[in-house]
Amino acid sequence: MTVRRMLTALGMTLLLALLLCPLYWMLLASLTPESRIFGAPALLPQDLVFDHYRALFAGRDFWTPIRNSLFVGGATTILSVGLGAPCAYVLARMPFRGRTLTLAVVLATSMFPQVSVVSPLYLLLREFGLINTYPGLVLPYLTFATPLTIWLLVAFFRQLPDAVEEAARMDGAGRLRTLWEIVLPLSWPGLASTAILTFLYCWNEFLFALSFTLGPERHTVPVAIALFRGQYQVPWGEILAAAVVASAPVAAIVLIAQRRIVAGLTAGAIKG
Amino acid sequence: MTHDDRLAWVLALPALAVIALIALFPIVWTIWESLHLHDLRMPWRGHPFVGLANYAEAATSVRFWRAMAHTVLFTAATVVLEIAAGLLLALVMDRLSRGRDVVRTAILLPWAVPTVVVALVWRFLFESPSGPVDDSLVLLGVSSPITWFADATAAWVPLVLADVWKTTPFVALLLFAGLQTIDPSLYEAARIDGASPARQLTDITLPLLRPALVVAFIFRALDAFRVFDLIYVMTGGGPGTATEPIALLTFNALLQNLRFGFGAALSVIVFAVSFVFALACIRIVGRDALAERVP
Repeated sequence: MTVRRMLTALGMTLLLALLLCPLYWMLLASLTPESRIFGAPALLPQDLVFDHYRALFAGRDFWTPIRNSLFVGGATTILSVGLGAPCAYVLARMPFRGRTLTLAVVLATSMFPQVSVVSPLYLLLREFGLINTYPGLVLPYLTFATPLTIWLLVAFFRQLPDAVEEAARMDGAGRLRTLWEIVLPLSWPGLASTAILTFLYCWNEFLFALSFTLGPERHTVPVAIALFRGQYQVPWGEILAAAVVASAPVAAIVLIAQRRIVAGLTAGAIKG
Repeated sequence: MTHDDRLAWVLALPALAVIALIALFPIVWTIWESLHLHDLRMPWRGHPFVGLANYAEAATSVRFWRAMAHTVLFTAATVVLEIAAGLLLALVMDRLSRGRDVVRTAILLPWAVPTVVVALVWRFLFESPSGPVDDSLVLLGVSSPITWFADATAAWVPLVLADVWKTTPFVALLLFAGLQTIDPSLYEAARIDGASPARQLTDITLPLLRPALVVAFIFRALDAFRVFDLIYVMTGGGPGTATEPIALLTFNALLQNLRFGFGAALSVIVFAVSFVFALACIRIVGRDALAERVP
């Protein structure tokens, strides 16, 4: 029995090593001089070189896309949770006519292929002069963020026991006060999961950011990296350094909030 | 309308209005746009109604059908591999007595990393002529290195592998959550009756995991069908248009060629295929599988 358990653990370790190997390789290569970047594989770095990172921030001003991504992701998360929470509360805990239909519409919108709304959003943003602006990204991002937050929060609000709300109502609290003073504070783990997932989707989003920004001053991190070009050849060192920088916040969030993310993913079972 | 009804609508309305304005209205607009000629490069041609001409152009275009075929094959390959690998990973996780948190964190990393990063890292790993993958192949005795991104068929290998690597964790977590809902006493009873582990898998685990498998299948298939980021960054649809998926063809028609009418027709086709597929899935597998997901 113990032998079998040890074999399972060994197999799992090997599997994880295989799974994480590309990320480790990315980190290693980003610290290797360009001339040796395609060299023979080494498990441990020989000498760490931070040239690529220096070039990234000094030569290319990588701070700008980071700032853009943080701002757009943050604003979208705040707006969609602010809009979505009251709506989700209604859908989760107040029986009203049209509830099932509304839920179905919300679920359907969250599964829209993004590319199918690119053309009208582009024409709309162009009409209002919002191409290449922050609102011109936050608005399109709300198309996937709002249904996502509603869907996740409905799942979380449903998990609250009825007794909590009944007790509040017995004490004479109205619906709004119950929501504000009882339901929201008690659901903070769900709100946190939702906010984290929404921010991650915004941070990683590519198609809208590529379609609705024009210049490096408004590019988000994924677009900036994807459009990296060297003068004569692909600047792999800098690209991989940028990839590490783009992944670092995500990795930190995963390490800190692993439980919250899994709770959100399995509660909503939404998107990949 | 009761007081509660009114309050419900007041609370729900802002979010629903946003969804209607920036998600539902654009879909209707796309359909309308797809029936018109609208070429931003040739504004003098105006915006005339052309009926189904844009759809006819798509239907007679070889590039369109090839993009469709690429997308369907990519979806089929990745979904099958991801569900198989995800099931395996979930079963192993379920056997673990310790360290589940470590495993969960580790498998979440590929899922959480931006797709653009995944595309670049895997391109780097496969980049010829002496990338790490080719080095390993040489070690294994494959003498002539493959130029992965110059070959119309070989270019699919890094694409599919990268997608499987990134999204298997999501499938594994969904299936793992499904495994947790299976009553352990069922396995106990099966063991007492002398059922082999293989029997237990086919007769207990898989049938009871069906709802989770169905949900994973639908979400993965819909997601793979709209694949864009990965291919745009890794191969750009190339060599030539050999790996061009339908979303990339649509994007190019819109923002490279500025043909908004034709691009809108392609958008509507992508949307319609996804929609019909989702409806068909729900019809075929029955509502029961999704019912417990719908709050």
